[in-house]
Amino acid sequence: MRSDMPNDMLNDMPDDVAAGTPRIRLDHLFREFELGGGERRQVIDDISFSVRPGEFVSVIGPSGCGKSTMFNIIAGLETPTSGDVLIDGAVANGEREHTAYMPQKDLLFPWRTIVQNAALGLEVQGTPRKEARRAAAGLFAQFGLKGFEHSFPFELSGGMRQRAALLRTVVQGREILLLDEPFGALDSLTRIEMQTWLQEVWAEHSWTAVLITHDIREAVYLSDRVIVLSARPASVRLDVEVDLPRPRDLSMTTSPEFVRIEEQLIEVLHEESRKAFEAQKALR
Amino acid sequence: MTDVQQTATGAGARPVDPIAQAVQPRRRRRPRTRNLWANVVPSVVILAIVIAVWEVLVRSLEVRPQVLPPPSRVLEQGWAQRSTILEHAGATLQVTITGFAVSLVVAWIIAVSIDFSPVLRRGVMPLLVASQTIPIIAIAPLMIIWFGFGLLPKMLVVALVTFFPIVVGLVEGFNKTDREVTNLLRSMGGGRVKEFLFVRLPSALPTFFTALRIAITYAVTGAIFAEYVGAQQGLGIYMSVQKNAFRTDLVLAAVLVTAVLSICLYLLTFAIERLVIPWSFKERKARSAK
Repeated sequence: MRSDMPNDMLNDMPDDVAAGTPRIRLDHLFREFELGGGERRQVIDDISFSVRPGEFVSVIGPSGCGKSTMFNIIAGLETPTSGDVLIDGAVANGEREHTAYMPQKDLLFPWRTIVQNAALGLEVQGTPRKEARRAAAGLFAQFGLKGFEHSFPFELSGGMRQRAALLRTVVQGREILLLDEPFGALDSLTRIEMQTWLQEVWAEHSWTAVLITHDIREAVYLSDRVIVLSARPASVRLDVEVDLPRPRDLSMTTSPEFVRIEEQLIEVLHEESRKAFEAQKALR
Repeated sequence: MTDVQQTATGAGARPVDPIAQAVQPRRRRRPRTRNLWANVVPSVVILAIVIAVWEVLVRSLEVRPQVLPPPSRVLEQGWAQRSTILEHAGATLQVTITGFAVSLVVAWIIAVSIDFSPVLRRGVMPLLVASQTIPIIAIAPLMIIWFGFGLLPKMLVVALVTFFPIVVGLVEGFNKTDREVTNLLRSMGGGRVKEFLFVRLPSALPTFFTALRIAITYAVTGAIFAEYVGAQQGLGIYMSVQKNAFRTDLVLAAVLVTAVLSICLYLLTFAIERLVIPWSFKERKARSAK
């Protein structure tokens, strides 16, 4: 097992071995929270999985199962109680410089124009303002935002704002993108358009990404792999390879292979949701 | 904004959300003058009625001008004394501005420190609240005993009555930043200082300007109160002297000047706000048009 090796050994591995190293590896991740009064709540119970470079992995699970906590741990915003996050083979618990994070709400700042918002990450990292904004502006055409550089966020539609938020995420040039239900707040038509668009852009850039979603169809449509988490405490319940050719288009969502995967996921997810619901009822 | 959208789609860029765009309401541009009139006219009418009733009653009942002069006499006598009144008004304005400047500096220092230190927050906030329970009416004469008849005690009174709303406005403004934004900034590699500069500070500015407006209305009355207790110059001491001379008309003329001064300063805050945070204005206007 590679994870049993000391870290310096992993780092010292020759390049040809390292080529097979996953971009992200979660190694027996546990996370508990102190509830006060000596009580503890276990949120994550032994999550292990890997994401290859350039792979798009979706994570679905019942509400409140601990997805966000897992995300925060990968993003370095929280540390695991035990277990490790490995980025390119090196332990990276609590390190924030590897990932770019896109929250569900666009969180565009009303005092910044779209190009200024898009450049935020770079500016925070210390890139000179002008340079940061030039880098961000370069992606505007591809993100369907050309001509809106100097608009303010409130002047844009929901879909455009989400694209601006995604642009702000990718322009940081981090190794991993963490997308937390990026389309969750959009209406269903805009959502489908965004998924199609994202799918196209993805084919060109092959970013490594982990997507949290509640939308099974979205997960299957966009991903190379879908991971289903169990009810809290979260563990990996199912890990499904989506072996559909790319680029994908909407017609593919009715293909037998697509439907088969979708059904498989729905079944497991519903089972876990029921468990989560029962557990909540028992608490009351 | 519709013209911008048209050029964007017309330039051969990826067609952007035709659905969302069609749904977006077109923003009507209301002429600003009409808006202004609609806001100002009712209060002007009410004021005119009150003044007319006052004038008619005082004249018909033959009230002595020492008790209550008719508005026409207030204007007439005030105009006759305009150079003296303006001189005093200038002194009051000076006190107001300097005192308010001190207040602003102190308020910002306190609010920013509180924002960075939870300990300081718990320690200082109750004291600030307590400071507002001090009756200014009792403290103002003491200020003169302590600091004399010069500018300093009056500045301090103005600062004392105005800094509190500004501090509260700023602290609350800084705290409007939600957890997710903090996480976003942290994930970008920002620490507490960057979080403050990139998020907390700009997002606090609209609240700050609201607080500024509340404070500025206290500032002029604060200055006049400080002068009333004892001063060499200023509308406060002018009113006090004229009251003792039973020149009710001149007291009221000075009150009028005070009101005009306060309103001008109040309106000035809008102009400054517009310069400093134009985005807030645009956003509000767009929202109200929807």
